[in-house]
Amino acid sequence: MNARRTVRGLSLHAVVWLISAFVAVPLLYAVISGFKSTAELTNNPFGLPEHWKIGNYTGILGDGMFWRQIANSAGIAIGTTICTVVASAMAAFVLARYAFRGRELFYTLFTIGLMFPFAVAVLPLFLMLRTFGLLDNPLGVILPQAAFGLPMTIVILRGFFRTIPAEIEEAATMDGCGKFRFFWQILLPMARPALGTVSVLAVVASWNNFFLPLLVFNDPKWQTVPVGVQQFQGQYSTDFALVLAYIVLAMVPALAFYAVAERQLIGGLTAGATKG
Amino acid sequence: MPSSVSTLTEERTEEAAPPPPKSSSGCRRWAAWASVAWFLVPALVLFLVFVLAPIVVAVWTGFFKWGGIGPMDDFVGFGNYTKLFDDQVFLGDLGRGLYLILMSVLVQLPFALFTAVLLNQKLRGRAVYRMLFFAPYILSEVVTAVLFTMIFLPGAGMADHLAGFFGLEGLQGKWLADPSTVMPTLFVVMIWKYFGFHMMLFLAGLQSIPSEILEAASIDGAGAWQRFRHITLPLLGPTIRISVFLSIIGSIQLFDLVWVMTAGGPNHSSETMAIAMFQFGFKRYQVGYASAISVVLFMISLVFSLFYQRYVLRRDLTGAVTSGGGR
Repeated sequence: MNARRTVRGLSLHAVVWLISAFVAVPLLYAVISGFKSTAELTNNPFGLPEHWKIGNYTGILGDGMFWRQIANSAGIAIGTTICTVVASAMAAFVLARYAFRGRELFYTLFTIGLMFPFAVAVLPLFLMLRTFGLLDNPLGVILPQAAFGLPMTIVILRGFFRTIPAEIEEAATMDGCGKFRFFWQILLPMARPALGTVSVLAVVASWNNFFLPLLVFNDPKWQTVPVGVQQFQGQYSTDFALVLAYIVLAMVPALAFYAVAERQLIGGLTAGATKG
Repeated sequence: MPSSVSTLTEERTEEAAPPPPKSSSGCRRWAAWASVAWFLVPALVLFLVFVLAPIVVAVWTGFFKWGGIGPMDDFVGFGNYTKLFDDQVFLGDLGRGLYLILMSVLVQLPFALFTAVLLNQKLRGRAVYRMLFFAPYILSEVVTAVLFTMIFLPGAGMADHLAGFFGLEGLQGKWLADPSTVMPTLFVVMIWKYFGFHMMLFLAGLQSIPSEILEAASIDGAGAWQRFRHITLPLLGPTIRISVFLSIIGSIQLFDLVWVMTAGGPNHSSETMAIAMFQFGFKRYQVGYASAISVVLFMISLVFSLFYQRYVLRRDLTGAVTSGGGR
């Protein structure tokens, strides 16, 4: 009996290790290859580098373009997050707590957005942004991204706002607190966990977006990280080790953010999926 | 009740909105409406301009033969659509979309569920495994795509060396470069990136299953497989249905990964609808035609979503236990 359990435990671990290898080997391959020269990488793909070459990494880190892309991605992510969360919180507030004609209609309208693939809208969006003169303008990426973030954010926030007892609002009203002050000074501070969750989701979605920045930004000075990664690969396509070093560095901010915000991220994704 | 706006404060029930209070004067009612509107307008404007309007623009543009610049005056009616459905490549795109959908639902989701069940057991270091398996989901599709382009690089990539090591020389130099292997290779990358997300959904679902039920079944003599088949699986129904929905919508619109790895090649053999739309719209300047592809993509997603929500997800409103337990 005991032996059987040990065998079972071992095979369980073997399976988990196998899956771990499937996930981790490509990542480790990239990190280690970044320390090799391309010539060494071709001859010795798996082993540790004979001479740890840090030039690939330091060269990229010393290049202003890399930092420029990080700054662009961060700025656009922050702008998108503020727009999405502010607009969604306001809408979710009235959709959750006030009865007015057409409320369910408005809510349904927003939830319809959950079913739209972004790819559907990208071509007409480009035509519209061109007409508005928003090409090569960060707003041309921020506003559409914020708009596509609304449905999920509203669904999550509305659900959370509904759980805040009506008595709190009644008490505030008795004390002479208007609707706007209640929203800003009482409701939003109470909703901090939910706001954290939706902000994390908005940051990740914006950080990883490729399609829209690719189309909107012609001028390299606006390039975001995903666009930069693709460009870099095109430019240095024969220097494999350098390209791998570049993507390793491009992964770092996302993975660091994941390490910090893991709980909000996973909580938000599962909540969003099950409520959406 | 004070007759200010807060008389409209809703009791938290799922009932329909109560009628506006009769006591309030027209002026007050207008003030209440105005303040509701003030809160709603920013989101509504953003949504109408950047989500709904593009669909209208796409439908309108799809009726024209238009290069993207200059006046749009060559009205062709449904001409773009008839051309589209005569195009063997586009029909192939639909088939490849279906391939990705089927593979996601029939291979990726069972794999994710298997992993979730595995990590739901007592296992040393399972928090680390969970975090590791989810990590690829955080990376952008572009980073993932470039990483795997390097791995599958003919000759120098890791995949060729691995194939040589395992005696699979037949695969060397193919992977993304050969029409017969490009779709399965893409799908492997898709699994790598997305199974962790579905695993997390399943784990959340598994943790909401009360352990008493499983223990009771165990006492009644149900084996591990029977417990899984007749308790876990039915109770996981709502999560599975959401997971299927998300992976289908995700497969339909797959773009970044494919664009960076193969751009639809070699010779259209990995082209998806989104890739075709991009090729015609931004590389070949057939914007009217590309808009028609957008509209088809939209109609497919819309019809699928409505159908799915009406007939599949609806059951979840009545409760997982009642809907799943009987079968």
